[in-house]
Amino acid sequence: MHLVYPTVLAALLFAIGVYGVLARRNAVLVLMSIEIMLNAVNINLIAFNAWLQDTLLAGQIFGLFVIAVAAAEVGVGLAIVLLIYRTNETVDIDSLTELGDAQGAQRDAQLAQRGVDRSAAGAGAEAQVR
Amino acid sequence: MIETSLSTVLAAEEVSTPFQLAGTTWPDFAWLIPVFPFVAFFVILFFGKRMRTSGTVVGIVAIAASLVVSLGVFSQAYLHPGFVEEKKVILTPFGDGRLTLGMKVDGLAALMFVIVCLVSLLVQVYSTSYMDGDSRYTFFFAMLSLFTTGMLIVTIADNLMLMLVGWEIMGVCSYFLIGHFWEETPNSNAAIKAFLTTRVGDVGFMIGIFILFWGAQSFEFSTIIERAESGEMPRNLVVAGTVAIFFGAVGKSAQFPLHTWLPDAMAGPTPVSALIHAATMVASGIYMVARLYPVFELSGPALNLIGVLAAITMTMAALIALVQDDIKKVLAYSTVSQLAYMTAGLAVGGYTAGFFHLLTHAAFKGLLFLGAGSVIHAVHSNNMSEMGGLRRYLPRTHATYLVGCIALAGIPPLAGFWSKDEVILDAYWAAGFGHPHEDVATSPIVGKMVFASAVVTAVLTAFYVTRMYCLTWLGTYRGKGTPHESSAAMTVPLMVLTVPAAVLGFWGSPLWPDAHNIKRVVAFAGQPYHAPELLPIVAGTSVALAVLGVVVGFAIYGKGLPRRDPTLHMGLVTKTLQRKFFLDDLYLHAIVRPTRSTIAAGSYWLNQHVFDAPPNLAGKGAVLAGRAAYAVDRNVIDGTVNGSGRTASFTGRALALVQNGNVQAYATGMFVGVLALAVAFAAR
Repeated sequence: MHLVYPTVLAALLFAIGVYGVLARRNAVLVLMSIEIMLNAVNINLIAFNAWLQDTLLAGQIFGLFVIAVAAAEVGVGLAIVLLIYRTNETVDIDSLTELGDAQGAQRDAQLAQRGVDRSAAGAGAEAQVR
Repeated sequence: MIETSLSTVLAAEEVSTPFQLAGTTWPDFAWLIPVFPFVAFFVILFFGKRMRTSGTVVGIVAIAASLVVSLGVFSQAYLHPGFVEEKKVILTPFGDGRLTLGMKVDGLAALMFVIVCLVSLLVQVYSTSYMDGDSRYTFFFAMLSLFTTGMLIVTIADNLMLMLVGWEIMGVCSYFLIGHFWEETPNSNAAIKAFLTTRVGDVGFMIGIFILFWGAQSFEFSTIIERAESGEMPRNLVVAGTVAIFFGAVGKSAQFPLHTWLPDAMAGPTPVSALIHAATMVASGIYMVARLYPVFELSGPALNLIGVLAAITMTMAALIALVQDDIKKVLAYSTVSQLAYMTAGLAVGGYTAGFFHLLTHAAFKGLLFLGAGSVIHAVHSNNMSEMGGLRRYLPRTHATYLVGCIALAGIPPLAGFWSKDEVILDAYWAAGFGHPHEDVATSPIVGKMVFASAVVTAVLTAFYVTRMYCLTWLGTYRGKGTPHESSAAMTVPLMVLTVPAAVLGFWGSPLWPDAHNIKRVVAFAGQPYHAPELLPIVAGTSVALAVLGVVVGFAIYGKGLPRRDPTLHMGLVTKTLQRKFFLDDLYLHAIVRPTRSTIAAGSYWLNQHVFDAPPNLAGKGAVLAGRAAYAVDRNVIDGTVNGSGRTASFTGRALALVQNGNVQAYATGMFVGVLALAVAFAAR
């Protein structure tokens, strides 16, 4: 089999994965998209291993490693998603922006208007604003 | 009876000897002995203050571990007299020779390990109570551990350079420990005096090391001995080297004329006096000579010099001890005098006898010092004029102290008698009375001198010991308050030391089986050996004289302090003794004052006017440069710093807007970045 078939397949799968990660709003589907990308990589590894006729089988072994890591990663990822669902009652990634600093930036601006330096005011000032 | 019980103990050790680990024996682990306390030193120093027990347990456990290994090594030495275990790592070539880090373990070292570890362990246990509440408690224990390390390095060393390292570690620890109560000037002065006086001896030691290296092309004891005996080393270098290196022992082991530091060193805490100034450090000089003894044996002049100095030292120190009021000073002068017995033993060809006396002396003098510490702890004074009648108040200390006194006085069958008798016997032979077993390089005149002073000192020793005993324990109490017995942490070490002080002597007596007695264990492999003997005329004389001293002492002091202490009312004699034969005055007027006035003033002028000129100019230049630098600093550097701060603050605000919390936005950024990189690489 020519190398072009598996590489094209891998490229298509990877593109689908990237689309899923960047555009889907459901966290579970984002995780699945990541899996698709990893598998695209696996196909590449296996294909090149066969193409180059590597006596050490580095590609296959590396592929096995990727599968193992992917299994562990999806385990942790699903656990995180479950916990997010329990606390937020949603797995919509767009609404999960608590770690962002957009509000923080707004608060900074408010504080600056009132003439308080945020770093000097410390945690007490933050609590008051909240 | 006692002997049989001891041999059962030793038989028990024999059972434990088949400790084998893939063909290794105890001596293979001898290097661990100094390592344990060395590690403990750092642990106590850095973590001691945070521990509940201020680090004392660390030191005690470490030294106990060393003691266990020492006993293992000793069992090997006891069962196989004449064994030698040498191991070394070559550090660097040094001239025609090499510098090594190595160990030489034989009977001599094994015995030294045991006595050093035992006394150190007991002193540390004792100190937990004696030093309780001291402001530098932790530091004190750290120093005890480091000091023990130094002594164990001296003991294990297979070459002179390594020995010098341990030697100097002990010197500096001694300085710290003597000056432990440095808030009072006399104490810190005593520490400086001890440090500088032993340093004078160390110069000789260094010169001796280099002369021996010059002659033998090696620092290692075995090689030096071998090359000296084969005649490869020129005869004049052997003599010069041994004389110079003995000077180091004169300083460290407090022999005339450098003995003056030892009595002053009593300013340190009493456990320190027991450890350093009775049992271990002062013994290192003797040990060093014993290590190189086959070389000394080839050097008649050196042996003669040692003999003359020993004869002077032992008599002089014993005489000074007669008029002391401070109980620790009596013991200090007694130590000087007994050390001279050891060097006398070395001088007259009886190095095993000298070393035997070192062992027994370490046991009973350590006991006496710790006992004196217990007394001082109880009456809060060093002066015997404020003691008396303590027998009733400190019964346990009294019983142990009595054993120590009898051992020191040389009354059979306690330890001191046997070892002292061996030394006197060797002197007797060296003096040309009777028929010696082998030829000794010492001249018969020196032998006679040593013999005479050893006999005289035996009487004096018995007398001052009796005086000290009576003034402290008999009669009525003359001090303030009511004395109380010390805690168990202090009395138990005393009781433990009582055992060797009482029975250790049998080991070197003709009663002990010849194959395993101390002289066989300590003797150099391949050196002539003769069994311990008891010559009735010599032993009888020394016992009779000791008894004479005790009887006279009791006649005068038996009822406590007499109204007129006869030793203090002998006119010029008393004055001479109290001024310590004017040696301190001599040193003060002949060395210290001239140095301080003329040389110091001269060097001060030179310093002010010549050496200081360039630094002063440099200083003025530096002030100008400093002003210029200040201006630059304010305007240029500070501006840059503040500017960078403001820039960082501004960019931070701007970039915070990007962190909007939308993970997919971040992922898009990453993806675009990777794509850009890929394009960049592809286009290249």
